[in-house]
Amino acid sequence: MRRLGTALVALMVMTAGCGDDTPEDSGPQTIRLVTHDSFYLSEGTLAAFEAETGHTVEHLAAGDAGAMVNQAVLTRDNPIGDVMFGIDNTFLGRALAEDLFVEYESPGLADVPDSLKLDPRVTPIDFGDVCLNYDIAGLAGIGVSPPATLADLTKPEYAGLLVVEHPGTSSPGLAFLLATIAIFGEDGDYPWQSFWADLVANDVLVTAGWEDAYYGSFSGGSGGGDRPIVVSYASSPPAEVIYADPPVTEAPTAVVLDGCFRQIEFAGILAGTPVPNAARELVDFMLSREFQEDIPLNMFVFPAHREATLPDEFVRYTEIPSAPALLPADEIDANRSMWIEEWIEVVAS
Amino acid sequence: MDRSRSLVGAGSARWLLAIPAVFFGLFFAYPLVRVVLRSLTLDGGLDLSPFVEIATKGSLRRAAWFTVWQATISTLATLLFALPGAYVVARYRFAARRLVRAAVTVPFVLPTVVVGTAFLVLLGPSGPLGVDLRQTVWAILAAHVFFNYAVVVRVVGSFWELIDPKLEEAARMLGATKARTFATVTLPLLLPSIAAAASIVFLFTFTSFGVVLILGGFGYATIEVAVWREATINLDLAASAALAVVQLVGIAAVLSVYSRLQQRHARRLPLRPAGGVARRPSTPGERLVVAGALASMVLYLGAPIVTLVARSLSTSSGLGLSHYTGLFQSGAGPVAPTEAILNSVWFAAAAMVPSLVVGLAAAVVISRRSGRAGARLDTLLMLPLGTSAVTVGFGFLVAFGWPVDLRTSAWLIPLAHSVVAVPFVIRTVTPVLRSVQPRLLEAASILGASPRRVFQEIELPIIRRAALVGAGFAAAVSLGEFGATAFLIRPDRPTIPTAIFRLLGQPGAATLGQAMALSVILMILTTLIIMTVERQRMEGAGDF
Repeated sequence: MRRLGTALVALMVMTAGCGDDTPEDSGPQTIRLVTHDSFYLSEGTLAAFEAETGHTVEHLAAGDAGAMVNQAVLTRDNPIGDVMFGIDNTFLGRALAEDLFVEYESPGLADVPDSLKLDPRVTPIDFGDVCLNYDIAGLAGIGVSPPATLADLTKPEYAGLLVVEHPGTSSPGLAFLLATIAIFGEDGDYPWQSFWADLVANDVLVTAGWEDAYYGSFSGGSGGGDRPIVVSYASSPPAEVIYADPPVTEAPTAVVLDGCFRQIEFAGILAGTPVPNAARELVDFMLSREFQEDIPLNMFVFPAHREATLPDEFVRYTEIPSAPALLPADEIDANRSMWIEEWIEVVAS
Repeated sequence: MDRSRSLVGAGSARWLLAIPAVFFGLFFAYPLVRVVLRSLTLDGGLDLSPFVEIATKGSLRRAAWFTVWQATISTLATLLFALPGAYVVARYRFAARRLVRAAVTVPFVLPTVVVGTAFLVLLGPSGPLGVDLRQTVWAILAAHVFFNYAVVVRVVGSFWELIDPKLEEAARMLGATKARTFATVTLPLLLPSIAAAASIVFLFTFTSFGVVLILGGFGYATIEVAVWREATINLDLAASAALAVVQLVGIAAVLSVYSRLQQRHARRLPLRPAGGVARRPSTPGERLVVAGALASMVLYLGAPIVTLVARSLSTSSGLGLSHYTGLFQSGAGPVAPTEAILNSVWFAAAAMVPSLVVGLAAAVVISRRSGRAGARLDTLLMLPLGTSAVTVGFGFLVAFGWPVDLRTSAWLIPLAHSVVAVPFVIRTVTPVLRSVQPRLLEAASILGASPRRVFQEIELPIIRRAALVGAGFAAAVSLGEFGATAFLIRPDRPTIPTAIFRLLGQPGAATLGQAMALSVILMILTTLIIMTVERQRMEGAGDF
């Protein structure tokens, strides 16, 4: 039955398409772009691509990144889109194991640092670092200097100052857990579990999501809480300036450059797409400077393109960590749920 | 049990049954079965090991236990707080009564993240209570009462309004005290609607998600949280599907107990057309009761709302509207609020139609069918309320790819909303229909009225009010729905809740203020829509 369905759909697609007998598409096509809910661009950006190529881009939003990956897994036999954007390295292993994407090497990759390229089946488009943020005035007010390393957070002077997100319910929370695993390791004298046990002893506050951590418990910037250190993004200080009310000339918060975890977001061409050529063109466009330079102010992450010009606020109020923590995608995929369970045991008991 | 039921409309009831059956089968049962099977057969053969894992995992048994007891306590607490409100709204006339009735529904549609942050302020150490209740079970219970207050006031209140006060007056004349009258006359009459409201509150809190996460912290988890975690963080579809099945079985068990109770307590009583009952409080005692109930309602529901409004108005230069104007300035903020508002209104209107059609058909069938069959249908149609949003969203995706690919149709959104909204229509209409005197139906039928005519001439006028309350509810469900919407792959059309999330996702005082402003707009819009829908009844009933 399903095979018949697939055949029918294929037939419909073929007759509805350009009428070619081969799946190789040419001429104007409709490209279905599946993204997570946090995908935003300036109004004219995709329109420019459409005008240039004659293709039409249909944007489909699909929940958060994890939900998006599982939706693609569930619809593998009859993919819902042609290009997926926004899968990051914490979920990449799962998608690769399920063979969701076909290989593609975009010419634009020449302008992308090698450190961002994790697999030939996906194309890095942007990256963001999950880092500790601190309330500059808040820490100064109690005479505590910003932590230089993650290990500093277990010292007595940082007791009761830190708020983090639950790795089982929050993407930055998971990234921060992964950073601690990458930094402290699983074996040795002081594995990540011991570090977390010390954080608990130092009265770390855990919230379910980024919103309640940042707005509810963090004291810096737009936060309304009383803790001066929070797990957030390297791009949060520029956002505090851009969305300040009233306008400010200095960021009220800053980033701790040690202990950051890098989330790289990829685009991939979904296996089974009827329009592979048009899909490739869209991926190429995503690496163009036009698209790349539109990323920071819309999604608050950094463009993968080496030469892309950053907005002023990104240059002035934050830094890109030089040596962020990274873990192999397949290792993350294999251990994610076990690590989260272990974390719950350490932190809840 | 009574002849009238077989006399009236056995044929039409069978025909009517087709509407909810097809709707429920197509948009709930079928997607659910498909996604569960797909998830359990991802690697080829059917793999039932996730069920074994669930049974043996300690964290899961804890979650199951917590889910059940917090839902029970939350339901009882909501009844306790909201019944006085239902009484006052049903029985007394006072200034701005219609506004109060609509405004009570506001908490119900507010996004949990937004209310969550307001509760964090109120329950924090510097809040009015002066104690830190964050990350305690008290915070969870307080928020559950806040969110579900409307369910009790609306479901019980709309029924209470129809009870003829002459019954109570007779009891008082015969010498019963007020308390005795309430306990022996009013309460038994109200029981079916109280049970109906309680079952909805129970299901809502049973599957509570955002409240538990934000206010309870990581120490508490419901089964719903576990389903979501497996599906979106651990990416274990099989485990997520198995958990969803366990949750559904639990809910089905609870519901069948409920429907047995419901059957035992349903009774016929002479109902009056809506509106004639409410009167101005006349004695000082009555005035005190009305004032007290309204004051506590305003305080309890108002405090978090006032917190939100205040935050939306507080700007760098004191109180002002700059967050509102900023929201609508093109290019100033990251969302298109006008588009989001129009989309939300459109989806709400679109969701109201199937909810009302399916809900009314089901209510008629349920109330006319004697005994088990009706009860079973009732139970079945409640199940969507207790099903995790992730599972419903994924189910739509798996089920509607063939023969025509509807997966990315915008119509799926109002349909998903109505699957959740139908139980509300049923819950408001069925208790009223059940109490229609069979003699009336019998007489009409003997006099030669067709079943349709019986419905039109007798039942419809009586349930008009309840049906409109149900329609308002459906609109509210749609306006506030976020979970299932977020788990559908959909053409990117922002709704108000998704726009609020977008704003909250970005640090910055301006975006935070605009998120609060948009939440306030959502509240006002909800109140207006519900008032508009419910006003329709005046034309027919000649109410105040």
